[in-house]
Formats: sequence, structure tokens, C-alpha cells
Amino acid sequence: MSEGPTVRIPTEPRDPLWFRLLPHPLISLVILVAWLVLDGNLTPANILLGGFLAWLLPRITRRFWRHPVHIRSWPKLVRFAVIVIWDIVIANLQAIRLLLKSPQDLQPAFFVVHLELTNPIAITVLANTITLTPGTVSADLSSRQERLLVHGLHVPDVEATIALIKARYEAPLKEIF
Amino acid sequence: MSTELPFLVELLVSALILAGAGFAVIGALGLARMPDFYMRVHLPTAGTTLGVGCTLSASVIYFSFSLQTLSVHEFLISMFLFITAPVSSHMMAKVALHTGVKFVDHTQGRPWPSRTQRPSRDNSQILSDWQTRDRKETE
Repeated sequence: MSEGPTVRIPTEPRDPLWFRLLPHPLISLVILVAWLVLDGNLTPANILLGGFLAWLLPRITRRFWRHPVHIRSWPKLVRFAVIVIWDIVIANLQAIRLLLKSPQDLQPAFFVVHLELTNPIAITVLANTITLTPGTVSADLSSRQERLLVHGLHVPDVEATIALIKARYEAPLKEIF
Repeated sequence: MSTELPFLVELLVSALILAGAGFAVIGALGLARMPDFYMRVHLPTAGTTLGVGCTLSASVIYFSFSLQTLSVHEFLISMFLFITAPVSSHMMAKVALHTGVKFVDHTQGRPWPSRTQRPSRDNSQILSDWQTRDRKETE
């Protein structure tokens, strides 16, 4: 990387060596595993090619991942994933029940969730989780990333829904990232 | 490929495929029935999560039994979908919000206005209220 006198990208020259060589070991690992599963063969040549891609892709996209992805607690992450998948199933069944009602009886709502999370990846995961469960879609994030606007399909009690999102999704995410 | 599968496995695979198709139909039906754009965004998630989930589970079971090896490609498909589907839903809702797509009048709460907002006729008054409130907040 050339380092001109006028253009200076702040993080690059000061990054430790391992970070420059392998910026995101976790992402590299995911790419390698995805590559091998996708191709389905475990020949040395294929592992080598996957390894090369796993090294190259995080390097190319390094600018988008300014902070290392750090997961503080794997058991909690697994627990969170199980809860989310379970909630998706439940929410789907609820969505079907809502659909059988007349659309006029639904009580749609916009509501704002004030975020306690600050990690961009944690916020992304939260917004994705909210959208993945049928019935709620995260519609916008405020420019300073402290409020999340959510649209709900049928929200009889707005405050309770906000409390549920905060307790069920945000609290675990705060401990994971 | 054409090996005989145990009856119970066939039953399970068929049930999962039917359930997956059912969720997809429900998603499409919801898309047609809902009165405004924001409500329409919700239902297709049912198709992408449980609909695809059931179909892929059926695929895993079928190919694992007929090829006698564990088939895991399908998990990648669901992983990619779980990452991309919410992003597209989020972007659609966001764009709708920023271009001022109308929502039904009995919607509780109001979205915050964006700088590029072109308020629609019906909701313009409320939105401009929010605009002034938001401006005060940022100052």
C-alpha cells in the first residue's frame, strides 16, 4: 500500500502485521467452509483454492470491515440462533392466523426502538433478526445509529413489543458482540 | 437415485414439501390481501424463512437417504437466504419510507421523516409535525 503525503488512510499504516495479512480470520474460516461445502469435494487442490479465496476476499473487502469481528461468547451465540429460529417458526404460524382475519382488523404500527447496542455488526444482526421474523420489519436506522424504526403488521400493544425486542434480541446481542 | 425409500421417509419428505409450498402460497396470498405497501412487505418473509426451510429440509432428507451420504448444500442456501432476504425487505421498506409511500390511516405511531421525504397527501400533516420535531432534536 502506497502512503502518499496527502492521502492517508488512518487505520492502514498502523495495523499490526497479522491484521494486514489476515484481517478477519473468522470471515476467512466461513468462506473456506462455505467453499468446501458448496463444491462438495475435499481434494487438496480444492482446499488450496478455497484457502486462497478465504485469504483474498476479506483482504479485498477490508474497507467495509473496519473493526475485527469479535464474538465474546460462542455458547450465547448458539443459544441466540436457536431462539431466533424458534421465534421464526412461531411468528410464521402467527402470521398465518393473522392472514385469515380480515386485513381491516389488523393493527399495523410504526414504532421506534432506542438502541443500546453500538457495535455496527450487532445492530445489523438485530435489524436482520427483526425482519426475519414475519410480522415485524426494520424500516430505517437513524443517521447516528441510535434508533431503529420498525413496522409491525399487527401490534396490539406497542410498548410490550418494544420491550420484547429489547429483552429477547438486544440483550443477548449486547453480550455476544 | 431411484432407490426405494422407506415409507416413513417418503411420508416425511412429502409432508415437508407440502408444508413448504403451503407457506409460499400463504406468503403470496398475504401479498395480495394486504392494504398497504408496508404491510405487504411482511408476508413474503414467511415464504423465504419457513417455506424455503421446509423445502430444503425435505431435500436434505431425500438426498441423504437416496445417495446414502449426508447432503449439506442446502444449509448454505438457507444461510445465504437468511442473510440476504432481510436486507432486501429492509431496503424496500426504507425506500418506501423515504419516497413517502402512503400507509393506511389506522396505522399506530408515525415514521420519522427523512431529508428526502416527499410527504404524501394524506399523511403530510403528521409527517411535517414529525419533521419539525426531528429538526429540534438534531439541533
